[in-house]
Amino acid sequence: MTATQDTGTREVGTARRRKEDAHLITGQTTWTDNIQLAGTVHAALLRSPMAHARIRVDVSAARNEPGVVAAYSGADLADELAGLPSAWQVTPDWVAPEHKPLATDEVRYAGDAVAVVVADTRAHAVDALDAIEVDYEPLPVVLDMERAMADDSPLVHSDAGTNVCFRYSDTFGDVAGAFADAPLHITRRYVQQRLVPCAMEPRSVVVAPVPAAGEYTVWSSTQIPHFVRLFLALLTGVSESRIRVIAPDVGGGFGSKLDIYAEELLTFTLARKLGRPVKWTETRSEAFQATIHGRDQIQDLDLACDADGRIRGLRVNLLADMGAYLQLLTPAIPLLGRAMFPGIYKMDAYEFGCVGVFTDKTPTDAYRGAGRPEATFAIERLLDELAAELHVDPLEIRRRNWIRHEEFPYDQIAGLTYDSGNYEAATARATELFDYAGLRAEQARRREAHDPVQLGIGVSTYTEMCGLAPSRWLGDRGYAGGGWEAASVRLLPTGKVEAVVGTSPHGQGHVTTFSQIVADTLGVPFDDVEVVHGDTAAAPAGLDTYGSRSLAVGGVAVWRAAQRVRDKAKTLAAHLLEVSEDDLDFDGGSFAVRGTPGATKTIQEVAFAAFAAHSIPEGFEPTLSADFVLEPDDFSFPHGTHLCAVDVDTETGRVTIRRYVAVDDVGKVVNPLIVEGQVHGGLAQGIAQALHEIAVYDEDGNLTTGTMVDYTPPSAADLPSFTTDRTETPSTTNPLGVKGVGEAGTIASTPAVVNAVVDALRPYGVTDVPMPCTPERVWRAIHEAQGGTS
Amino acid sequence: MIPVGFEYSRPSTVEEAVAALAADPDAKVLAGGQSLLPVLRLRLAAPTTLVDLRDVESLHGVRVAGDDLVIGAMTTHDEILHDARVAEHAPLIAAATATVGDRQVRHLGTFGGSLSHADPAGDLPAVACALDATMVAVGPNGRREIPAADFFVDYLTTALAPDEILVEVRVPDTAGWGHRYEKFNRMAQAWSIVGVAALVRRVDGGVTDTRVALTNMGRRPVRATAVERALTGTAGDAGAVTAAAGHADEGAEPPSDVNGAADYRAHLSRVLTRRALTVAVGA
Repeated sequence: MTATQDTGTREVGTARRRKEDAHLITGQTTWTDNIQLAGTVHAALLRSPMAHARIRVDVSAARNEPGVVAAYSGADLADELAGLPSAWQVTPDWVAPEHKPLATDEVRYAGDAVAVVVADTRAHAVDALDAIEVDYEPLPVVLDMERAMADDSPLVHSDAGTNVCFRYSDTFGDVAGAFADAPLHITRRYVQQRLVPCAMEPRSVVVAPVPAAGEYTVWSSTQIPHFVRLFLALLTGVSESRIRVIAPDVGGGFGSKLDIYAEELLTFTLARKLGRPVKWTETRSEAFQATIHGRDQIQDLDLACDADGRIRGLRVNLLADMGAYLQLLTPAIPLLGRAMFPGIYKMDAYEFGCVGVFTDKTPTDAYRGAGRPEATFAIERLLDELAAELHVDPLEIRRRNWIRHEEFPYDQIAGLTYDSGNYEAATARATELFDYAGLRAEQARRREAHDPVQLGIGVSTYTEMCGLAPSRWLGDRGYAGGGWEAASVRLLPTGKVEAVVGTSPHGQGHVTTFSQIVADTLGVPFDDVEVVHGDTAAAPAGLDTYGSRSLAVGGVAVWRAAQRVRDKAKTLAAHLLEVSEDDLDFDGGSFAVRGTPGATKTIQEVAFAAFAAHSIPEGFEPTLSADFVLEPDDFSFPHGTHLCAVDVDTETGRVTIRRYVAVDDVGKVVNPLIVEGQVHGGLAQGIAQALHEIAVYDEDGNLTTGTMVDYTPPSAADLPSFTTDRTETPSTTNPLGVKGVGEAGTIASTPAVVNAVVDALRPYGVTDVPMPCTPERVWRAIHEAQGGTS
Repeated sequence: MIPVGFEYSRPSTVEEAVAALAADPDAKVLAGGQSLLPVLRLRLAAPTTLVDLRDVESLHGVRVAGDDLVIGAMTTHDEILHDARVAEHAPLIAAATATVGDRQVRHLGTFGGSLSHADPAGDLPAVACALDATMVAVGPNGRREIPAADFFVDYLTTALAPDEILVEVRVPDTAGWGHRYEKFNRMAQAWSIVGVAALVRRVDGGVTDTRVALTNMGRRPVRATAVERALTGTAGDAGAVTAAAGHADEGAEPPSDVNGAADYRAHLSRVLTRRALTVAVGA
């Protein structure tokens, strides 16, 4: 059963322009930093320029600076500020060091906050930071994970006695047997460089206390207002019912705002102490240092195969950089990739090991894809290497190993059940759009001619797990919370609809998508649906937005709630028309008595009747509203085939993407325009990892790439025009048949691009280029493969 | 991202501007602000006075004086890009200016500001050197002329005294010369990792003059004199170009940074010089 069968499709599947856009593109937005409350004071943080040092902080001089209201060191607030939470205990014996919002006696990464000034203006607060005296006594720094694991390594947390956060391992099938006499091994080490999320809107927090009532309103640029409320309550002792958290317009997150940050707890505590509104807004420079980073893994991989390229088994050993502290989900991120290393392929055995390691760097956490891009990169790069080893086309090697469409649902080696898919169809469509054969022929010609600009073709046939997540699955893995989602739908007396959702969009277009679902279910105009989100006072229950869950979990909750409203309306319509419910048809927003022309009630008429309640059946509760809290049955697994053609200038090392085709299968699609937008943005971020972005630290632990100029995120001018298309294989784990699309482009594109770069350079003896494949790295790879030194 | 507080002065004549600079030894000239404002916002510098030149009319615009093209220091990149006299008289400037920053930067950023900032990764200093341009400065002691070769002293440092202002740049006529600015960067709109400004004059097919200057191959623009010597007097054929370009990094001391190590830059300078000259000899 799908939504479209309820009422006849009108909205679902339509490329509606987003309701959100008019106010976004005309500057009518409310970013958190736009919140202007009378009497607001402004907080600014002093951050450590050193990666590891013992500190003594004296803020007294700052208190005398112009406009300063208060100044505190970490030690001053040590008793009032709880440690920040890490909600995912990945192993029983993990090491989870205390993480105070302000360092008290030791800083552990460059950017760790040591003191705060509150002043009448932001400029005064920033100026007064210069008056704070900090005595930094340098301590040894460890930045490299392998160095951090050595017995003689300096310790990030000396009292922990180790830099190892956790060790995790899993085995599926007969690994020893699969590897024992395998005729072919592909053994590689890949490095997932550290990335900086770079959401367009920096983080910002405003906390307004109502001292007499003991109540607080918190605005935060966050993906997770409900979690912010929960943790502020847990960490401060203030009752949840007295904390209202609002995520107003939020300008992107990509996982970086899926966190409980020091500044949220600190700003709350300052507002509580001072009894007046306090605002803190991150600078871009702070965002580079003090907002979480992503990726940062070393992957040791071993693929055991038969002589014809059939995969027998896969061994994965990861080192995952936690940074200096655990943020909300830090240790779980590499483990979210655990089950995705096998990708879309069948194999007999699989072994996964991961060690989480502390270093003196910014903490890592979820970044678009969160563990799954890393896994997909590994298997998709290995498949291309396997193909090269056997002199077989990379698409052919995939066909020999992938799950065939008739084999779904498929229990894959790592314990997941893939709901549905058709890898053959997506690949066929992609190769057609790409002119795969034509480009291969051109590649052969250019190789033959020794063209200094070589053509490379990269393949990525990915899948990913969307719809985080069944609560029992999360619980089994040590996560403190659940994975359900809540929605309330109210048909108001005017006939307009209010849909209140627990998801919290920050660019995804939930207002539009959910309006389409509700409009179809209730037979009301798209424009008559108002979607309310991101405010815990309006939507008390919700688990927010991350992990491509909002449609597959939240969208289904909205649909269920709307169905309940429609069912209730039907009961009242039958009463008003004095017939049995069984005699009513519902179509186009009207209940009609079957066989009696003219005997109809529109759903809007029923809504007013439910409000007036002058005539209602026995036991009928006035008004038309319903709630639904949806517990997802299982994940959904979108997939797709991405093909990338690059020109590589072998003289300079420059890589230019010449053609990029993405054929994604994200199940049923509610709004094709939004899906395409998600794919485009995802591709940009995945390509950025492949070619451009890397967080570089110098040997002292300073972030060298701490500005947009040095970090080099791509702009539109750096990206090609994408060719996108879809195949549609409905999910079987939810009644809408939807999957997820938020992370797909990012997951698929990174290996497609790197495979293309390596493919271009194989005639030169190159088998890998470390990411990002900058011109210099590409040139060096050629140079070294040709026997040169560098 | 909030600068340290400063005084703001907005003179309308060069004399007033010079006086404002002289009045505060920690004053700084604000031209288009495209390099200065980020520096202030990152608190990497904290001048106590900014002397904004936007209202000094005499610093704006392009004119021809005798054989020279004269470009006012406050002429924006965008104005230069759309100026017919620049296109005719010194097309190398237009070609290089088209690669500076993005559209917004080019509307605010100025020719003189870019030269006075003397960023070795900026594109225009090497162009000025290749053209043998003359910088005209005004200070308390009056007006003086500084050859481009002497103007760029070191990293972010020019021959200008703290109370001197670059007022205009005089550019010899290179109409009819072949030219090319070959810029290599990682990202659209970024600074050069290496750039090559090339000018070639041919008479009856033979190369009579070659000028090559390199961007970001040292702490200031580098004239590739070995390349110039090697190409001049040849027939300008591909073999001669390739041989000459092989000398591009001679005497250069390229930096190593996140965009490229010195050896990579040296290699790039040879490749890009060959490409720049290949275009320039063709005209």
